[in-house]
Amino acid sequence: MKNWKSKIIGGGLRVSAFVVLLILASIILYVLVLGIPQLKPTLFQWKYNSENVSMMPAIINTLLMIALSLTIAIPLGIGAAIFLTQYKKEGAVVKVIRMTSETLSGIPSIVYGLFGNIFFSTYCGLGYSLVSGALTMAIMILPLIMRTSEEAFLALSKGLEESSLALGAGKLRTISKVLLPSAMPGIISGIILGMGRVLGESAALIYTAGTATGMAESLLSPARTLSVHMYALTSEGLHMEEARAVAAVLMVLVLIVNFISNRLGKMVGGKNE
Amino acid sequence: MSEKMKTENLHLFYGEKEALKGIDISIGEKQIVSLIGPSGCGKSTFLRCLNRMNDLIKDCRIEGKIYYNGLDIYSPSSDTAKLRKNVGMVFQKPNPFPFSIFENIAYGPKTHGLRNKVKLQETVEKALSEAGLWDEVKDRLNSSAMGLSGGQMQRLCIARALAVEPDVLLLDEPTSALDPISTEKIEELLLTLKDRYTIVIVTHNMQQALRISDMTAFFLLGEMVEYGETTKMFYSPQDKRTEDYITGRFG
Ligand SMILES: Nc1ncnc2c1ncn2[C@@H]1O[C@H](COP(=O)(O)OP(=O)(O)OP(=O)(O)O)[C@@H](O)[C@H]1O
Ligand SMILES: [Mg+2]
Repeated sequence: MKNWKSKIIGGGLRVSAFVVLLILASIILYVLVLGIPQLKPTLFQWKYNSENVSMMPAIINTLLMIALSLTIAIPLGIGAAIFLTQYKKEGAVVKVIRMTSETLSGIPSIVYGLFGNIFFSTYCGLGYSLVSGALTMAIMILPLIMRTSEEAFLALSKGLEESSLALGAGKLRTISKVLLPSAMPGIISGIILGMGRVLGESAALIYTAGTATGMAESLLSPARTLSVHMYALTSEGLHMEEARAVAAVLMVLVLIVNFISNRLGKMVGGKNE
Repeated sequence: MSEKMKTENLHLFYGEKEALKGIDISIGEKQIVSLIGPSGCGKSTFLRCLNRMNDLIKDCRIEGKIYYNGLDIYSPSSDTAKLRKNVGMVFQKPNPFPFSIFENIAYGPKTHGLRNKVKLQETVEKALSEAGLWDEVKDRLNSSAMGLSGGQMQRLCIARALAVEPDVLLLDEPTSALDPISTEKIEELLLTLKDRYTIVIVTHNMQQALRISDMTAFFLLGEMVEYGETTKMFYSPQDKRTEDYITGRFG
């Protein structure tokens, strides 16, 4: 009787796992199958023009956007995490920071876009620019990086800190030379998730980095990233084939990012056992 | 034999709770002292007083005096980092840093300003040899310490503590997480270290206390009930409570 029940449940679970796999695999395959045949060398030319909607400027802009927003968000996120886990472990400030970061991580990205538009682009006078977009993206991924870093620090065994202090090391040295390197694998996985968020973002960037097609020449130039590029091509409706090619490239980039984070995750797991 | 460490009327409070109730003990140089007693009686708390590790605990307050080489370790002129360099500690759970074997050992000396590569190499080799680990790891100094066995990790932690050249070594149940063979190795190691170091070890293993220690202190509910030569303590305890504990634990 029991056996019979568990067989049904087991079968059901297997079916649902299979359905999920099927859906995910077919999306990936669909995007790649539609997109890859559309990839042409001309799509990777340096210049964009209306005859040849090259995605090269958008690729460069994407990389710049990721690099810049991470440069802003990483030190802030890790710094806040160190403050919350090593210095101010409890109290009102900590509660406020935690609550804010939890709230912020649930907000739709378009809201960040509107905020960035009003504050960075307009109020600060940065216009539609790489830096305006990067600041907005930095704020958007900050809670994510902070939370993952915080968790990485909290997961460290108390023994690491104690051993370092027991050797006569000071607090600062213990944090910078022992705790931070030990928490690094966890922090990196947060950074990679953040990278993925920037890579996939379109709504918030349309309002802050703009949709101009060129490669960003300075921090203040507008910078259309790949996701925005794809959105623009589809909404204009004139270059659907090229949009599919962009989708394929985006998909490949996302797969690469996930692959890297998986590898890092495994390295961590292997290291700590 | 001179006195290495001493406490006078040492009281410790965790908030309201009094965990140590007036401990007076004198620890002689190059002796192995075992601390025994039932769980929760304050052995770890006492051990952590000797290198001021309880400073880290919020709401922890100490009264009384602790001396290292005759100097009050809580006097304002006392340097905690220096004290901890001289009074090393090994914890119950082996806890190497997630670095290479070499970097684990080199961390302490670097902390205290050793930068010279050759000297660092020498220090690392010396510490690992003292801890009886050199032959096992000399070919893989650059691989992660996380790949070592539990017993090797614990000897690595002992080597890490020795690398800063302490003269007192505090060990809190260093073998309770280890198999009998690793335990035996560490006991042998402690006996060889005795010529050069003063050792204070917390243990729940009566046989271990008897095998390795010169002196034994029996703790009960925050008090030190009896302190004396290990063999005397085990074969003719003065206090009824000591006798009950030892016969109970020995079976
Ligand atoms: N950080 C702390 N805060 C409050 N109370 C504590 C703290 N650490 C220990 N205690 C209490 O102090 C008493 C002594 O604890 P301690 O850890 O020194 O015992 P122990 O003899 O080492 O026990 P065991 O053999 O289980 O390790 C216990 O009652 C314990 O609950
Ligand atoms: Mg203990």
